[in-house]
Amino acid sequence: MKDKLPPLGTLGPFIALLAACAFFATQSDNFLSGGNFSLILQQVMVVGVIAIGQTLIILTAGIDLSCGMVMALGGIVMTKFATELGLPPALAVLCGVGVTTLFGLVNGLLVTRFKLPPFIVTLGTLNIAFAITQLYSNSQTVTDLPPLMTALGNTFSLGGTEIAYGAVLMLLLYGLAFFVLRETAAGRHVYAVGNNAEATRLVGIPTQRVLLGVYVVAGFFYGIAALLSVSRTGVGDPNAGQTENLDAITAVVLGGTSLFGGRGIIIGTLVGALIVGVFRNGLTLMGVSSIYQVLVTGILVILAVTLDQLSRKGAR
Amino acid sequence: MTLKPTALVAALLLAPTLVLAQAQPVIGIITKTETNPFFVKMKEGAAEAAKAAGAKLLTGAGKTDGDNAGQVTAMENMIAAGARTLLITPSDSKAIVPSIQKARAKGVLVIALDSPTSPESATDALFATDNYKAGVLIGQYAKAALGGRAPKIVTLDLFPGHPVGAQRHNGFLKGFGLNTLPATANDLATDPAVVCMADSFGDQAKGQTAMENCLQKAGEVNVVYTINEPAAAGAFNALKKAGKDKGVIIVSVDGGCQGVKHVGDGVIAATSQQYPLKMAAMGVQAGVEYARTGKKPSGYTDTGVTLIAAKPMSGVDSKDVKTGTELCWGKK
Repeated sequence: MKDKLPPLGTLGPFIALLAACAFFATQSDNFLSGGNFSLILQQVMVVGVIAIGQTLIILTAGIDLSCGMVMALGGIVMTKFATELGLPPALAVLCGVGVTTLFGLVNGLLVTRFKLPPFIVTLGTLNIAFAITQLYSNSQTVTDLPPLMTALGNTFSLGGTEIAYGAVLMLLLYGLAFFVLRETAAGRHVYAVGNNAEATRLVGIPTQRVLLGVYVVAGFFYGIAALLSVSRTGVGDPNAGQTENLDAITAVVLGGTSLFGGRGIIIGTLVGALIVGVFRNGLTLMGVSSIYQVLVTGILVILAVTLDQLSRKGAR
Repeated sequence: MTLKPTALVAALLLAPTLVLAQAQPVIGIITKTETNPFFVKMKEGAAEAAKAAGAKLLTGAGKTDGDNAGQVTAMENMIAAGARTLLITPSDSKAIVPSIQKARAKGVLVIALDSPTSPESATDALFATDNYKAGVLIGQYAKAALGGRAPKIVTLDLFPGHPVGAQRHNGFLKGFGLNTLPATANDLATDPAVVCMADSFGDQAKGQTAMENCLQKAGEVNVVYTINEPAAAGAFNALKKAGKDKGVIIVSVDGGCQGVKHVGDGVIAATSQQYPLKMAAMGVQAGVEYARTGKKPSGYTDTGVTLIAAKPMSGVDSKDVKTGTELCWGKK
């Protein structure tokens, strides 16, 4: 019954994205093209992959403020390991992803073992990751990367449209997350923990292990995002990721996932990220200041949360 | 807290002797952030000058660009620590003014470095790059380098409302001989030859995104003005990925070592180099002078700007990459 007619909270983001696209198509001749959509995908791939991890955490009624800084640290570790230590690129990337996963583990342990609120824990690790990034990089950008490290930023041609490998990777990761969340026991447990942790524990699901797993997996996704960021810009940037935490939360909320946990679909998050990307791109094509994109994002966030709140009341 | 009258009298009597006994001048430098390489270099320049002059240097910064409260806190702490001279790069040119007035009322010498307060007269003196002139130089260069071709210009600006962003942008248009606004304007001028204007926030990733969107809008482009060298690197990435980097003239402002290297590599055609170390060193020297003689500097001092280009153009004064590398700031 519930599956037959998706609530407005689920359809809302899709409608908003389509409406934005329709609007910009009438305003600019350059908007409706494969090349332009491929471009928007490239521009949201970093925040999009971070937002997968963020969605998992928010589904458990948690939040992760550290994601962008952890990503920046991962990027600095992989680029410095490859250039200064001379590690093979693949190994250096593994080390970077390892560091971000380790940060996920630390977040998860503090949340589950010490019962600390995720907001506070990740506020702490945000600052720690930022400081380590600056200290380790000496606030200097890492350049002259091996070509293999930036390969995901390269493009291939599909019917005359240049598509970045990284954008494809992002779409694959969303597909994977969608499948796991929907079809596997582990995925359903994530929703269950977010809906009612106590009831979930009482039916014999190891809630603490599910929570810990979610933070570790999120850390892993931040590592992938770090690689995408490095391959997109071609450098290891110690000042990367400074606004990615709020950008990712924005994507999740725009996508219709409830900040109270237990409700939401992962594809919505991708749509949320795309809405921001479409506005940034479309407004530039129109020759309008990008500050209006910030304004629109703010309005849409409020709308999305209102819809969520209304549909929660309706469900009761 | 209450003070007994006797204690107050004692403090008043002791205060002048304490000031006189302070043999070593204490100078505070407050930058916008701790991490931007430009400000890191500025602090290094101040530290060297302080060491040479035997002064004690205190450093502080806001948490992010635009963090006024953090700068105010740093100022208060430094005055409490005995600083008689404060060097500050204001994050918020207006919001910092009341705190500066308070400090100056206590006899503290306040010098703005790199960017002015609003009004400029809020500080005793300003040591900074002439950002309008920096823009004019690269505008002239881009025009000469373009030869007779019709200009199709993209400007990757800072963000709306920042005076430095407006001065460089309008200066560039002035140098190019297009519609423009004077150095005092806070708005970005437009001209039909400018086919796209976008905000880069001075950031490489955001600059790349902005350039990609501009290419989508304009299609063909032959001149890219960028607010700084990270934005220029982002613009080059976008052009290269689109296969449109050939024949495009990218100009920028800063003269960081990475940027000068990019001039050598042909990524950036020309950049206006500024001198953060010099600004800071001059500030420290002024502070030492004030501590010794009580003499305060006043007004605006131009700390200089030099055009660095790999290929000189006739009629435009420029220095080569070797000179730029010797004078650059950041990791060589």
